[in-house]
Amino acid sequence: MDFSITEEQSMLADSVSRFIDQDYDFERRMSIAESDDWFSDDVWQAFADLGLTAALFSEEDGGLGGGPVELMLIMEQFGRGLVVEPFLANVVLAGGVLKRAGSEKQKAELLAGIMAGTTQAALAFAEPQGRFDAADIATIATPDGAGYRLSGRKALVLNGGAADFLIVPARTSGEQADVDGITLFVVPSDAKGLTRKAYKTVDAHSAAEIELRDVLVEKSSVIGEVGRAYPVLSDALDDATLAIAAEAVGIMRTLHDKTVEYSRNRIQFGVPIGSFQALQHRMVDMLMECEQTRSLLMWAVMLADGSDADRQKAISAIKYQVGTAGRHVGEEAVQLHGGMGVTWELDVAHYFKRLTSIGILFGNADYHLDRYVALS
Amino acid sequence: MHVNFSAEELRFQDEVRTFLRDKYPADIRQKTDTGVPLSREDYIRWQKVLYQQGWAAIGWPVEYGGTGWSPVQRYIFANEMANANAPDMVPFGVKMVGPIIYTFGNEAQKKRFLPDILASNVWWCQGYSEPGAGSDLASLKTRADRDGDHYVVNGTKTWTTLGHLADWIFCLVRTSSDVARRQEGISFILIDMKTPGVTVRPIITIEGEREVNEVHFENVRVPIENLIGEEGKGWTYGKVLLQHERTNIAGVARSKYRLTRLREKIMQPIHGGRPLVEDANFVRKMAAVEIELKALEYTELRTLAAVAVGKAPGPESSLLKIRGTEVQQAIEVLFLEAAGYYALPYVPDQYVLDLPVEDRIGHGSETTTSLRYFNNRKASIYGGSNEIQKNIIAKHVLGL
Repeated sequence: MDFSITEEQSMLADSVSRFIDQDYDFERRMSIAESDDWFSDDVWQAFADLGLTAALFSEEDGGLGGGPVELMLIMEQFGRGLVVEPFLANVVLAGGVLKRAGSEKQKAELLAGIMAGTTQAALAFAEPQGRFDAADIATIATPDGAGYRLSGRKALVLNGGAADFLIVPARTSGEQADVDGITLFVVPSDAKGLTRKAYKTVDAHSAAEIELRDVLVEKSSVIGEVGRAYPVLSDALDDATLAIAAEAVGIMRTLHDKTVEYSRNRIQFGVPIGSFQALQHRMVDMLMECEQTRSLLMWAVMLADGSDADRQKAISAIKYQVGTAGRHVGEEAVQLHGGMGVTWELDVAHYFKRLTSIGILFGNADYHLDRYVALS
Repeated sequence: MHVNFSAEELRFQDEVRTFLRDKYPADIRQKTDTGVPLSREDYIRWQKVLYQQGWAAIGWPVEYGGTGWSPVQRYIFANEMANANAPDMVPFGVKMVGPIIYTFGNEAQKKRFLPDILASNVWWCQGYSEPGAGSDLASLKTRADRDGDHYVVNGTKTWTTLGHLADWIFCLVRTSSDVARRQEGISFILIDMKTPGVTVRPIITIEGEREVNEVHFENVRVPIENLIGEEGKGWTYGKVLLQHERTNIAGVARSKYRLTRLREKIMQPIHGGRPLVEDANFVRKMAAVEIELKALEYTELRTLAAVAVGKAPGPESSLLKIRGTEVQQAIEVLFLEAAGYYALPYVPDQYVLDLPVEDRIGHGSETTTSLRYFNNRKASIYGGSNEIQKNIIAKHVLGL
């Protein structure tokens, strides 16, 4: 049994942590969040320079060979810094699909650009009717000459506004919610027939609604096997779920620390409000939620290379925990900050909003509790 | 024991329904239905309709222009207003400062202020909380120093809801610091917001709207005739008002309305997918909230019945505030969960601009659910936080 991380992993965590402390304070973050840009190109380039965009890819693919532990370390720091740059969309989602199923050519063209930080990518994992079920795909891919013709709608495509290309899951056979019959396609975002409505999300990240109307793609745009892409899609989404769970742990701990600090300094009735036992116990509850969530996260990280069933079960466990404990910690942090907690000016409000989004992304607590039961 | 309405009460219910059907402006309803903030003009236009009907001041005595309604009539009215999704009167004039003025003010003050409150000619806001005086309101520091026939007011009030739209502000200020208890030496004064030295600065709330403000006073000269009641007794008056605020805070009728809407919503397939009503987890959670709300409704009815036989609402109104806001917040969570991914887009402008449905992100008003959820976290903080309400119950009900 060993819960420690290697020296290399520790150095990675330190470098991200240093970047957050020195170059990504709350003021900087808010200036990016409130700008018209989807994110900061400078920050993205800095992530590439730090090796973060290549960290999770194998050395054969030109990456640095990191795995779930590195993912956890990076995302926890991103949670602490409330980073809005599209690491999840590029590296974990699109990169996660390409590293699993991309051809050598696709890796060389697309993955290399993601790792270098020069290409923006997105995975269109959701449809308007599908709720949290990634297999519920009504987008149809029909064979057409030497390629395919895609038609359908995609919802909440993270980084969809900035993406140079999209990975679009579409149905080549089967019924709407079947796991069989799903194929992944690379679609340039300027493809004829593709329209996107991009927007910022409540947590200052960005996404887009995408409509495909008879978009023609070549056969070479298929990633992996025709009709058998669901496991690839599902595994990439599991990685992404693990990633945002780690981000949530960073956020929860930050909210806890900020709340305790505030309770030491906020004087009411002549004493710090942290001296009230009723509030102390609530902050202790927050701490316990943080620790329990971190424990489940580590469990899930350690099972990430295990059997599918164990891994998926652990992912659903941590996501359920993040959905429930995360909401509790977020709401309590706001409540204990009083009126200040519901102001735009205070960072607590923005941590709370991101935590709320994370609670919904890739399936909320109910969804993952059901999945956990189904896997048990 | 029964909760049936009498024939007369049923006739009254019909009258209210007919009024709301015929007189509640459709354009305002459209805004409240989609969650678009109302403009000052919207509020005033609607409030003047209520005024014309004689229904602006539900709780006031008849002699001042109130309705003189029984508690049951008020209950019916609140329910019908909620069912029509019609906005309540902005509370600061008619529900807050009005009762203080007719209870503790002199004849000149009643004549000067009450008619304009009733007719929504003057918009009021509340100056209680300060940056250093939130839950501990008695620690307030805004000073009003006597100078001839004026007070000179200096200090800062905060969380002033819709203060940027207001004409007048009622304030708790310190007129003496040479007192045995901090609650003494506090006075209740009325200030014209146009007086030189008054500055209103926005506080943007978590979801990005301007709803509350900070109001700064720098050597603001206020005529002494704007003092309500006796100097140094403001705390007593303010407490009466807080009590009043609490009896209106449970929001049972509004919560019932929201749950009805939610029930309709989950029956419909979302974007052609499976309707949420098929999700047992969700339906169970919704049922649990419904049960809590039913309990709250009967708790409120019990309070109303006690008031009807002449008992004053006491500290038990704190219970209504706590549970009422908890239920409101639980309902917002359900809406948030029902919206799925469409809770995430931050596109408040699409409702304000009244974009055609096909150009909107998400169908219906799903993207407002997160904004409502975030914004409504304030409910357990304002009007005396729920922690303070529990202190009140512990002290005055449990006697601890």
